Amino acid sequence: MTHDTEYNFAYLDEQTKRMIRRAILKGLAVPGYQVPFASREMPMPYGWGTGGVQVSAAVLMPQDTFKVIDQGADDTTNAVSIRSFFQRTAGVRTTTATSDASVIQTRHRIPEERLTEDQILVYQVPIPEPLRFLEPRESETRKMHSLEEYGLMHVKLYEDISRHGHIATSYAYPVKVEERYVMDPSPIPKFDNPKLGNMPAIQLFGAGREQRIYALPPYTSVISLDFEDHPFEASKADHPCGLCGAIDSYLDEVITDDQGGRLFVCSDTDYCENRRNAGHKGKDAA
Amino acid sequence: MIPLLSVQGISKYYGAHIGCKDVSFDLYPGEVMGIVGESGSGKSTLLNCLAGHLPPDEGQVVFDTRTDGPRDTVTMSEPERRMLGRTDWAFVHQHARDGLRMGVSAGGNVGERLMAVGERNYGDIRGKATDWLERVEIDASRVDDRPITFSGGMQQRLQIARNLVTGPRLVFMDEPTGGLDVSVQARLLDLIRGLVRDMGLSAIMVTHDLAVVRLLADRLMVMKSGRVVEAGLTDQVLDDPQHAYSQLLVSSVLQV
Ligand SMILES: Nc1ncnc2c1ncn2[C@@H]1O[C@H](COP(=O)(O)OP(=O)(O)O)[C@@H](O)[C@H]1O
Ligand SMILES: [Mg+2]
Ligand SMILES: [Zn+2]
Repeated sequence: MTHDTEYNFAYLDEQTKRMIRRAILKGLAVPGYQVPFASREMPMPYGWGTGGVQVSAAVLMPQDTFKVIDQGADDTTNAVSIRSFFQRTAGVRTTTATSDASVIQTRHRIPEERLTEDQILVYQVPIPEPLRFLEPRESETRKMHSLEEYGLMHVKLYEDISRHGHIATSYAYPVKVEERYVMDPSPIPKFDNPKLGNMPAIQLFGAGREQRIYALPPYTSVISLDFEDHPFEASKADHPCGLCGAIDSYLDEVITDDQGGRLFVCSDTDYCENRRNAGHKGKDAA
Repeated sequence: MIPLLSVQGISKYYGAHIGCKDVSFDLYPGEVMGIVGESGSGKSTLLNCLAGHLPPDEGQVVFDTRTDGPRDTVTMSEPERRMLGRTDWAFVHQHARDGLRMGVSAGGNVGERLMAVGERNYGDIRGKATDWLERVEIDASRVDDRPITFSGGMQQRLQIARNLVTGPRLVFMDEPTGGLDVSVQARLLDLIRGLVRDMGLSAIMVTHDLAVVRLLADRLMVMKSGRVVEAGLTDQVLDDPQHAYSQLLVSSVLQV
């Protein structure tokens, strides 16, 4: 496939891509550290993951196969338009199959299938600063990171327990990377947190509006913060998938009719489809 | 006995303007030092230099650390200084909003320092926070309420609990009773006096209220235009002031 020659390969000019690659390399060298970068205007609104798009643009090569997931699905407007953007500007092959992709851009999920050393996972990040919730001053949060003063992160979890009886944070659950930097894993469900650690694939995080890039090199230690008497739990809805019967995947709840009928199905549509193709069947499968 | 804090020649300038100039004194364990003077005399500037919130332009602030003995806190590394700030030192601000996290529950406010020094057991942290609320006469049932729902006096007491929970040895206070009703002030002063006595705290307290120093301070420094013009035992200075400015201050001519 050839790309639209009106644009440079993957839209961004070479100098910008070099600048972003430098930020990525720095991020990989200091796992979990938020590297500032000069975010560019992209031909889409910020809410659409311009940070992730810029990171993808900087790492994509002509021979890559690209997949985009949005809350686990490949077919949302957001996923479709980012996929077609790179089809047009980079001419790369695209896929919905996790195992066929060399670069996967994601919003809100990590694929269920274990990724490999040949893959790069690019996250779209709305708010990169995990300490912002309680400390809005950027000068102060920067200092807290540099001095490893992370007591505040536990104050947030303390507040959760005091209000709800348990740690109610279920998305963007804070983690500590290589026993050094506290990091916001982007709004993935905490169910996905255990996959962040020791992952063979490279994980890159791009925040466009906030102009930050951070990264996890392969096989990085990533620990979810918790209390001794309220340990971290990678929880999910306590059901099997209605379509493929999987008991180990993150589920979305789907309303099926006006009578309040509900169905729990894998949020990772590719995973669910593969299981059904392999003959697995849930109780709600037709 | 070696001083807990030994201050030598501290000066702070704001451009060409003097914030405080050439202040020296020793504070011994268990002592409360009062700093008085009219508004703009340099009290807060001095206190902030001592507590590591402002870098002084000249001088030393030598603190007798638990682990390494006397250390100059001006030249020690920032991480070390900030560590002192959340362990051995406490700072009570005049305005509770500067010393509290208004969006965090009372328990979370008190627990923050415990979590900052590595406590990771929710039940223990909450238990200590509740104990401390009771010690500062806040009902334990308020542990999950945010300080915005507290009265001014309660906010100030919460700020004190938040500071004392890690068992600091030196407390800095900047007008801790300022802006409170007289009856509320009296209760707060009694509380501070009790805590200082029970915990054997050392304290440096800035105020423009001579009644407050009379009640709490063992010794007194009188500041004017950034300099200490008179220092001595509290009763001595208040009953028999030597410097003309102290005399004016005590005769309440300058009192607002
Ligand atoms: N940040 C600042 N910049 C410039 N001047 C300041 C600043 N803070 C205080 N000052 C000046 O320094 C002097 C001492 O102020 P301050 O320490 O606040 O006095 P006090 O606490 O006794 O009222 C005053 O003249 C004040 O105007
Ligand atoms: Mg002042
Ligand atoms: Zn399924």
